[in-house]
Amino acid sequence: MGYLRWLYLKFRSEIVAIPWRLISLIFVVFLMVFPLVLPHPYVLRILALSLLFSLFAASWDFLAGFTGQLSLGHAFFFGASAYTSALLNTKLNLPPWTTIPLSALVAAMAGLILCLPALRLRGIYLALVTLVFPFILSGLVHVFSGLTGGELGISGLDRLGYSPIFNYYLILAVTVISLLIMWKFTDTRSKLVRTGVLLHAIREDEITARATGVATTRYKIMAFAISGFFAGIAGGLYAHFIRIVGPSVLDLLFSFNALVWTVFGGITTLYGPVAGVFILYPITELLRLHPIGEEIRFLIQAIIMIIVLLFMPQGLTRWIRDQIEDECPRCKLVNFTVRRVCRGCRAPLHLEK
Amino acid sequence: MLSMILINGLVAGGVYALLALGFALVFGVARIMNMAHTAFYALAAFIVYTLSVMFRASYLTGVSLAILIPAIIGAVYYRLALDRVKQHELAVVILSLALAVLFQEILLVIFGSEFRGIPAYINGFVEISGVRIAYQQLFALGICILGLAMVWILLLKTRFGIAIRAISQDKEIANVAGINVTRLSMITIAISIALAGITAVVIAPVQTIEPHMWIPPMITVLAAVIIGGVGSFGGAIIGAFVLAFSEVAFTTLVPMGSWLKGTVSLLAMMIVLLIKPEGLFGKFFEEERL
Repeated sequence: MGYLRWLYLKFRSEIVAIPWRLISLIFVVFLMVFPLVLPHPYVLRILALSLLFSLFAASWDFLAGFTGQLSLGHAFFFGASAYTSALLNTKLNLPPWTTIPLSALVAAMAGLILCLPALRLRGIYLALVTLVFPFILSGLVHVFSGLTGGELGISGLDRLGYSPIFNYYLILAVTVISLLIMWKFTDTRSKLVRTGVLLHAIREDEITARATGVATTRYKIMAFAISGFFAGIAGGLYAHFIRIVGPSVLDLLFSFNALVWTVFGGITTLYGPVAGVFILYPITELLRLHPIGEEIRFLIQAIIMIIVLLFMPQGLTRWIRDQIEDECPRCKLVNFTVRRVCRGCRAPLHLEK
Repeated sequence: MLSMILINGLVAGGVYALLALGFALVFGVARIMNMAHTAFYALAAFIVYTLSVMFRASYLTGVSLAILIPAIIGAVYYRLALDRVKQHELAVVILSLALAVLFQEILLVIFGSEFRGIPAYINGFVEISGVRIAYQQLFALGICILGLAMVWILLLKTRFGIAIRAISQDKEIANVAGINVTRLSMITIAISIALAGITAVVIAPVQTIEPHMWIPPMITVLAAVIIGGVGSFGGAIIGAFVLAFSEVAFTTLVPMGSWLKGTVSLLAMMIVLLIKPEGLFGKFFEEERL
């Protein structure tokens, strides 16, 4: 009983009192309840794809936003894993629950390969090198078209499960757990893993981080592998969800999507990419229903990208957080803006003018 | 076979060299990684196509507009967008990439993705040791070499060129010495994009024109600039020729090699980066602290 009470108090002070956690909770609960209210296959499909892409975008954010290793070819991980899943499934007849972890491991390995140049390069040079990897992979896909089906891709993969609702819940569970793990890795206040603050340090000033005794190389390798791993999970799930894998998953536009979603939602946040995907992806899907929209959807994305970078570089979610959250000037607790005094120390939050 | 590789490589090298030089100029002067550099090249090719093939205007109009319009767009984009985020080099990369995608998508919406072509300005060909070379290719090579020479003279002999080199060596001191860095950066970008336009105009007749045509040369140009050493103009040209020869050799000798063109460039780039991270002719900058 005392434990329950402790849990309730924890819930009230750590989740309900902090706006963005409350919003996240409501959002996850909404996603869980939604299929029970409206089990429409098309809507479920869009939501499931949004979840997969948010995992993909969040893994980009983990690498580029938190660790500062800008990767412009994130589709490399996604595509490598999707193709691995497809090949393992169609050629070796492995079931989805083995292909997806295996392909995620392959994507993590891909992250390690990408590391080789990454450890010697910084900033833009790294971005340029990462940009080229997906092109190479897609060149290889075309060269070995007997194995990979070339432009047509590999089709006829096994389903994840037999009902759309099961697929949806599986993807939801995997995405939420992956996001939680990534959040834990980046959490600066975590007592469990201390990588959060180190990743921030590497991004802000690698030389100082190294001078203070952080083995930056090790953590960069780790960041690449983790980011690749989660992008790989997304890729493997995507392959089995869509059941066809073509070279479009290695496209420049696909890597670019991750950037657009993340920058729109708010970089270096992890929830930003999720918000970005859930706002932008359904819109682009709606545009697809119309023939003109189908043609101009990437155009619109590019324009959004330019506008957001120029006028709202911190992204949408940060801006919203600024509106609804206030940090107490005395004890640094986070409060709703509507509160007059801090919930912890009763210090006035807004000074009278 | 060998002579074919040599001659085709020379033509491709001229094209890549002019593109890489423009790219290196912008990077040296404005510190901008202009990922849209070859997107301007694609834009110029499409302008020539629209004016000269679709509207049957004279080649002279088509060509001059194809060089002018991208240069103006580039300068305006620099002024309105890139200049604001210049401090964040990654934001510049993303912004210019966004511009490239924007061009690609606009061209896709207008022209669709089918392959197009422009008739050669000069017909006929000449045979050199059993290899047929169209006059158009020779013309392209000539113009590229002329362009390279002119930029070289501009850089070495004129006050403007000296100012550009000063900025690329030390921006702040150049500013203190009374060089208007912002204006010069803008002019340099216009020049570099005009160079890309010239390249596009002369090479367009021997290439297929389609909205994705900017991607393969972009990879090669990036690789060339990194191999040559970022900040070194001569290095960019040499890197471009090296890559052009290796690409042409690869596509001629290896079956299905054209899909792996990018791979050759990338492998060359990786090897250079692993052995000599600053590039063959680049200066080694101490890691800058912000």
